[in-house]
Amino acid sequence: MGMTITEKILAKGSGKTRVVPGENVWLNVDVLMTHDVCGPPTISIWKKEFGEKAKIWDKQKFVIFPDHYIFTSNPHANRNVETLRSFAKEYDVENYYDVGTERYKGVCHIALAEEGYNIPGTILFGTDSHTCTSGAFGMFSTGVGNTDAAFILGTGKIWEKVPESLLFTFDGELPSFITAKDLILRVLGDITTNGGTYRALEFNGDAIFSMSVDERMTLTNMAIEAGAMNGIIEADEVIENYVKERSDKSCEIFKSDGDATYKQKYHYYANEFEPLVAKPHSPDNVDTVQKVKGRKLTKCYIGSCTGGKLSDFVSAAKFLFGNEVKVPTFIVPASTAVAQQIEVETVSGVSLKEIFDKAGCVVAESSCAACLGGPMDTVGRAKDNEVIISTTNRNFPGRMGSKKSEVYLASPLTVAASALTGEITDPRDYM
Amino acid sequence: MEKTIKGKAFVLGDNIDTDQIIPAEHLVYSMSDPKESQLYGKFALSSVPPKESGLPLGNIPFVKEGRDSSDYSVIIGGSNFGCGSSREHAPFALMKAGIKAVIAESFARIYYRNSVDGGFVIPYESKEKLNDVISTNDDVELLLDDNKLINHTTKKVYALNPLGDILPIIEAGNLFEYARKTGMIA
Repeated sequence: MGMTITEKILAKGSGKTRVVPGENVWLNVDVLMTHDVCGPPTISIWKKEFGEKAKIWDKQKFVIFPDHYIFTSNPHANRNVETLRSFAKEYDVENYYDVGTERYKGVCHIALAEEGYNIPGTILFGTDSHTCTSGAFGMFSTGVGNTDAAFILGTGKIWEKVPESLLFTFDGELPSFITAKDLILRVLGDITTNGGTYRALEFNGDAIFSMSVDERMTLTNMAIEAGAMNGIIEADEVIENYVKERSDKSCEIFKSDGDATYKQKYHYYANEFEPLVAKPHSPDNVDTVQKVKGRKLTKCYIGSCTGGKLSDFVSAAKFLFGNEVKVPTFIVPASTAVAQQIEVETVSGVSLKEIFDKAGCVVAESSCAACLGGPMDTVGRAKDNEVIISTTNRNFPGRMGSKKSEVYLASPLTVAASALTGEITDPRDYM
Repeated sequence: MEKTIKGKAFVLGDNIDTDQIIPAEHLVYSMSDPKESQLYGKFALSSVPPKESGLPLGNIPFVKEGRDSSDYSVIIGGSNFGCGSSREHAPFALMKAGIKAVIAESFARIYYRNSVDGGFVIPYESKEKLNDVISTNDDVELLLDDNKLINHTTKKVYALNPLGDILPIIEAGNLFEYARKTGMIA
């Protein structure tokens, strides 16, 4: 019996020739990532548990990206960043990307890709549920809490239950008004927020392999919204070339066997898709944009690890070019690299940054920002009973700030089209 | 490890996510300072919509105004308890509020790991849906050796799924104690 990509990587990581779903294995971790919210408690647990002998198992494999609460006057949040800074100094952690310096990168999941930490065939753990984003590189990546991360930090090892896999095949060609966000929302609507619990979501098909690296990351990013352990896409030439430009590490490409076992297989035709939204208050509360269009909005938001990549802003700029937004619209590049790219990348000869500025958008500095609400002075944070459409990943009660607010999740095309009218709008009406 | 847990039940719906358990604006407090970390208890479950807080009636505060812990010891949830983010602050906040165990039909993976590996609250899977047959303020007793939940208010007994592979970690206290016990770390 064959194995899936996920099973092959976990077999390699646990020193076995094969593993089966349900089996608990101890894995050797290739990279551990943390950030300003979970890094300080992780370090505190590591110090307490390993005592004076506490030693980072492999400094080259430990990466810290402060990214969550960066541009705030909240003293507790700033204390967290200070804790990371002094820890990195004391223990000589080279892969620390400090706030307020040229090394600052922004949102960890995008920075992991940009800085060459995502290597096909490897195993990445991070103290953030969206660590599954890196699965777009044909690697195993998943989120853990502080205690598990502290254990990895001291030992380089962690236990994991080998997940069953679900296979999602997208054949055909994506229409111009559809993005990866619409595909993953459809998956969430079909399998719900616990349809992937303790499972791997594997994506393949022509429509997937014709996507950019950015778009593939949107798919794997939201695997956690189905409760999945990881999302994964087999690495191809597009991924190999992206990695080669950023790392000298060699890629190990794993492919699922033809006779691998899947818990279930789902088949979609990309050509048949129409724009989708997730209505309040759950990412699986999915409906077509057609059914909810006309809903009045108070704010539009384009940002986060899910929807703040260059491809997202290119999509949005096509609508915003030469137009003005009707409601406050926030543009939050996930990383500082994306922030630089939007000044260079053009639509009809005009930079994306200029298009957004002229359209009246607020272009904010790179960080997780209002995706998860955050401190009260966070840019774009939901207030009172606001109604927001956003390219982010979750719309649980209170997720973007105010507990009374309502959040619709959608593609950057749908959000940008909606920004022009001040109500939920089908991007096809503007194409 | 305590073999029996007795106290009042607090009942919640399905898909209680980590943003509802502890909203992100509160993730900035120290988890190691005894006084400051009690703030996690104060704000536990503070983003659950009021009408869904304390079922079946709703509008029952989990933590009373002005307090920093709860009167409840056991949470009865539904399916997919703890979905959403990886924040270990979620089971930590419930522990700080005084919760010893959460009984739910199913748990989200990271929340489940964090509960067990951090040694905060025991996540028990029920064999049937319990959040529509147990009411907030019912007196319940959890028997860990028998994998049973007794509702003293209604005189009903419910079977729970054995803790299985994770029992040794719960018995040891947390992942680190387990690893020391088994010789994995010094």
